Amino acid sequence: MARTYTRPVVLEDAVTHYCPGCGHGIAHRLIAEAIDELGIAERTIGMAPVGCAVIAYDYFNIDMSEAPHGRTPAVATGIKRARPDCVVFSYQGDGDLAAIGTAEIIHAANRGENICVFFVNNAVYGMTGGQMAPTTPVAAKTTTSPYGRNPENEGFPIKVAELLANFDRVAYSTRVALSSPRNVRAAARAVKRAFLTQIERRGFSIVEMLSPCPTYWHMAPENALKHIDESFIKVFPLGVYKDWDK
Amino acid sequence: MPERILMTGNEAMAEGAIRAGCRYYYGYPITPQNEVPEYMSRRMREVGGVFIQSESELAAINMVMGSAAAGMRAMTSSSSPGISLKMEGISYMAGMELPAVIANVQRGGPGLGDIGASQADYWQATRGGGHGDYHLIVLAPASVQEMADLATLAFDLADRYRTPVMILADAQIGQMMEPLVWKVYKRPADLPPKDWALTGAKGRPKRIIRSFFLHPGQLEKHNLRLQEKFALIRQKEVRFEEISVEDADLVIVAYGSAARAAKGLVERGVDAGKVGLLRPITLWPFPQERIRRLAGMGKDFLVVEMSAGQMADDVRLAVEGKARVGLYNRIGGAVVTIEEMAGKADRMLSASQGV
Repeated sequence: MARTYTRPVVLEDAVTHYCPGCGHGIAHRLIAEAIDELGIAERTIGMAPVGCAVIAYDYFNIDMSEAPHGRTPAVATGIKRARPDCVVFSYQGDGDLAAIGTAEIIHAANRGENICVFFVNNAVYGMTGGQMAPTTPVAAKTTTSPYGRNPENEGFPIKVAELLANFDRVAYSTRVALSSPRNVRAAARAVKRAFLTQIERRGFSIVEMLSPCPTYWHMAPENALKHIDESFIKVFPLGVYKDWDK
Repeated sequence: MPERILMTGNEAMAEGAIRAGCRYYYGYPITPQNEVPEYMSRRMREVGGVFIQSESELAAINMVMGSAAAGMRAMTSSSSPGISLKMEGISYMAGMELPAVIANVQRGGPGLGDIGASQADYWQATRGGGHGDYHLIVLAPASVQEMADLATLAFDLADRYRTPVMILADAQIGQMMEPLVWKVYKRPADLPPKDWALTGAKGRPKRIIRSFFLHPGQLEKHNLRLQEKFALIRQKEVRFEEISVEDADLVIVAYGSAARAAKGLVERGVDAGKVGLLRPITLWPFPQERIRRLAGMGKDFLVVEMSAGQMADDVRLAVEGKARVGLYNRIGGAVVTIEEMAGKADRMLSASQGV
């Protein structure tokens, strides 16, 4: 019988530590597929963040490094500048990228570092047990916003794809969702485009992925996906906010 | 005869790094070390290297981490408040076993302090400075020539032991001009290959660089290995200079700027007895054995430092109660003087004769 669906080659044959229904598995797969399709596994270097994806290096069969919380774009800068012929990507969550690492992401984008950033936005700190993230929607309850996020006290969720599109040296900035087959296929195209942006030396690229966290959204996996399509994308509209070719 | 040229300490350190093959420098402006990033911004272009003025000291040390992980000789420099910011990345690099060079041209503290010469970051530098069980190799230049020489040595030591190395200078050593002679740099042939560096997994298994070990027992094993490395460094890399120590009654222990003043006193001499100088060049590993031996020979010690008795702690630990350890110091960006030092030395020598 012909095989029509297999694990990407650069995705390790490993049981991940992610919770059932977590979006990280989809995000990993899309990145791995793009690396396979572009044939760049032997020159790709990945960065694992601090957060739920902290041991992402166990799941990709490529060279990888860890980085201190939020400093991922700075470490990626140091790697890319040292090895400009390698393809370097930074994999970050919302706490890592939009809270503790705000300075690093803004300035890597502003310098137009020729790297890809895959930003998994699930609006919650998963690794530490469900605390409020910079992208937590207004009124959403978390362990550190038990009365719901109040903009008077905590401000509004930060819209990263829109924010980074403002920088002249950002080549590609988009927001996708890992929620439905259609959205996942669009996400796959965005991931591949980000890699191509780097390979063609166009500059900084970011793919923001709205991703389900059934555990800390306190939802069944299926409902978490529905929640993205029905509610989350109203806070974070999908779209291409910057594309060097358009 | 080799040409003698006039340079500031900061520029000599920067040029020494470049001559050692450092092609990646990342830094953030802070007085009194601005000559380093300024020099690097000029020179890196000439030698085909990379210079980035980073958005913060945090970013700078993490860029160093990246280039070091990619197998390159990388460096950052700062001064005391900026070094505190870098401590996160330094701890990570000690855990990740990444070789890199960090220069601290010390100023007065705590907090924003002042911009005067100080040695108040001794504890921070010699105890590791960040979180976790680790040490940095700490080199203490006392002249412009040594700023250049130790910058070069720092990269070799970092590569040999796969560990971050700190150059602990101060405002005075960094800012002053002195003649120096360039020695031809030769990379030691026995440095280990960087068979751990991230280059893209072409024709070999993937490589992972990390300090995170979650499975029970893994982190202890990792730490035990690190401690073995630190024990080896303690055994092999102690460096110090001695002047008139053998027949001295009182041995002054001082490093960096303070050692320059102490040298002046040893040359001049004091009325009440013979003084010598032991100048640690490595603050970690500290010349503990040598001081212990001198204590056993009946010598007393006067620690001279621009901090509140920080290095005096190490000297007391070394003598194990077998010798008197006096302290002459100035703090908060003030510098030591030969006159005050002479007074203190005289009092110690007279007191011991009185016993």
